[in-house]
Amino acid sequence: MHPKLSILLFLPCLLLEAPVVYAAPFIPASDAEVLEQLPFKASDPTTRELRRMRQELSESPHNLDKAVALAQRYYRLAMADGDPRFIGYAQAALAPWWEMDEAPVAVLVQRAALRQYSHNFNSALTDLKLATRLEPRQGTAWSLLAAIHMVQAEYATARQDCEKLHGLASSLIVVACVATVDSLSGQARQAYSTLQKAYASAPAVPANEKLWILTRLAEMSDRLGLAEEADAYFRAALKLNIPDAYLLAVYAEFLLDEHRHSEVIKLLKDKERSDVLLMRLALAEKAINAPRAAEHQAIIRARFDAARMRGDKLHIQDEARFNLYLLNTPEAALRLAQENWLGQHEPSDARILLETALAAKDKTAAQPALYWFTESRIEDRHLEKLVKAVRGLK
Amino acid sequence: MITRLFLTLFLLTLPSAAHAHKPSDSYLILKTEGASVQGQWDIALRDLDFAIGLDGNGDGSITWGELRARHDAIAAYALPRLKIHAQDEACPTRATAHLVDKHSDGAYAVLRFVAECTKPLTAVELNYSLLFDVDPQHKGLLRLEYQGTTRTAIFSPDKSSQRFELAELSLLRQFFDYTREGVWHIWIGFDHILFLLSLLLPAVLYRSKKHWEAVPGFRPALLDVLKIVTAFTLAHSITLSLATLGVVTLPSRLVESAIAASVVLSALNNIFPLIEGRRWMVAFAFGLIHGFGFASVLADLGLPQDALLLALVGFNLGVEGGQLAIVSAFLPLAYFLRNTLFYRRAVLFAGSIMITLLASVWLVERVFDLKLLGF
Repeated sequence: MHPKLSILLFLPCLLLEAPVVYAAPFIPASDAEVLEQLPFKASDPTTRELRRMRQELSESPHNLDKAVALAQRYYRLAMADGDPRFIGYAQAALAPWWEMDEAPVAVLVQRAALRQYSHNFNSALTDLKLATRLEPRQGTAWSLLAAIHMVQAEYATARQDCEKLHGLASSLIVVACVATVDSLSGQARQAYSTLQKAYASAPAVPANEKLWILTRLAEMSDRLGLAEEADAYFRAALKLNIPDAYLLAVYAEFLLDEHRHSEVIKLLKDKERSDVLLMRLALAEKAINAPRAAEHQAIIRARFDAARMRGDKLHIQDEARFNLYLLNTPEAALRLAQENWLGQHEPSDARILLETALAAKDKTAAQPALYWFTESRIEDRHLEKLVKAVRGLK
Repeated sequence: MITRLFLTLFLLTLPSAAHAHKPSDSYLILKTEGASVQGQWDIALRDLDFAIGLDGNGDGSITWGELRARHDAIAAYALPRLKIHAQDEACPTRATAHLVDKHSDGAYAVLRFVAECTKPLTAVELNYSLLFDVDPQHKGLLRLEYQGTTRTAIFSPDKSSQRFELAELSLLRQFFDYTREGVWHIWIGFDHILFLLSLLLPAVLYRSKKHWEAVPGFRPALLDVLKIVTAFTLAHSITLSLATLGVVTLPSRLVESAIAASVVLSALNNIFPLIEGRRWMVAFAFGLIHGFGFASVLADLGLPQDALLLALVGFNLGVEGGQLAIVSAFLPLAYFLRNTLFYRRAVLFAGSIMITLLASVWLVERVFDLKLLGF
């Protein structure tokens, strides 16, 4: 056989085999070989605190306060780095009340938070509606209701939820909640400047509130096409040094849009564990042909396969992105984006539906997103460009 | 203050950030064979660390040495959380090896084990409860392998017990196995094909004043073919069933010789036509003999005593399917060529002579138990 030909024939095998994702079971060569890195050391204050809380709860598993406190602690950990194991641990803490329809209000609210994390929006809404009926001044429940209604593009309802927070949260939080809704429903510029002013004049804002508001401001300015301001807000949020998977994901997306691929790689290089962040990393690596692009793509594919095996449908938006940009299979990507749209209507959901419809040249498939775009009166530079391109399709 | 703190955190909850990581799964492979089950169970080191602690020196990394030290503890923790029952009897499990594997989200302990049941498995009931008490989001992903077939299932807290019928699985598989054998047998069984072809060759013609004439339309040809094929099928199905169920048995040498003779006679009939219009009767009469031939092939395949009927029906359907394929390839071609001299001289006449010669050799071979031809 011609040597070149044999290389050509061998190449696909190399591409398939090179990133060893599923090796055969093995026995490590030495006792010193490190197999796994845990999220915390034994000496870490978080580990100690969790151990103490778990210990206390195991002594009295029906203690409502202790159970809810542990569940909240785990929920915060899940938010920080997006590991769903913490969601499971939080659910375990609430085990005595988990199946109860009329659980205590504190459990209802926490359970709703965990349920919306798994995209069980309807059961989360049921819990929250019951909680606010039993306890109308449950601020946390109203804030969660606002968040879920925003995801479902129920902007009028979300705004009402925000209004309920008056007197239950700081005035800055109330302003930010309303501004977030308004910025998605036709008053982007005004909402942006209102929130800017409120933030500038607010005294002594706690760090985690700062993180949240800076992230909102960054997203709003990005949608308005103010890239420099967005970048400044993102950086200010990162400077707070609070681990937050969501912030990293949206900043990485912003950098990808700005074609600042090497910055994405720098930002996310040790975040491979997170599916969402690994996806952004792989997209940046592919764009500039970085060395680990193929390896990361293979890992993502293996994780999607694993998710499918367990019957998960939570990754669907990213799976659409994976099919569109890494596998170049627009039709498959479009089907996933359509399925994703059935469950949630955030700007990023509309964006992937428009992008896949455009790539697959299927204007009809984009109709729901086009309708939502007009109906919500959202102002978003990325969506505006896409809508124009999709409308231009024959 | 506390409420306010949580409030901000909840507002941050935008689902785009959700499920940034792969959730906790274990991978369980079970292979059943006879009365034993071979198992391989991949459990994430992170999960084992949370449940029973693996990080001996508390430095946040798990080494092979630390994992090795916990092998007994891992088996003692995991194995009781997988209960294997067969015919209402527990099959005790025992660890056989400990390895490591890397999955897409990190390192997993690989626990190999064996479960011994008292009787050969026809069904298996599994109860899975690993980690459900500490992480209700955990799932166990099962791959169950039995006689070359694979089934998958997912264990979750609300689906922790599942039953798998192995016999049922195997019956369906056996059925298809026998169907395939049936198709294969008609395909490689030249004597059956040649017998059928000999009868079918004149179907697109008719005799008029001692000469072959082409049929005027497709209908009479199709009708003739249908009659012959139906008669043959009916006849061999009857004797195949009778022989397989043990009602009638004939010595195989006699059967094989008679089959060869049937081919000779049906081909000769095309050269020196004796029976003209009623070839379907010939098909029926000799079809009875061919059925005994099929039965001996089926017997050679080994008959499952618990699924005799299933094997019989499967095999017979396979034979009919194969036969139908041959007929539907033959008929349009023959019909198309029926007016040509080529068909009458080369195909019908010369073809029948060759079939006669070949089948005569078979006849001699089978009657005198000789080997003259290479096939």
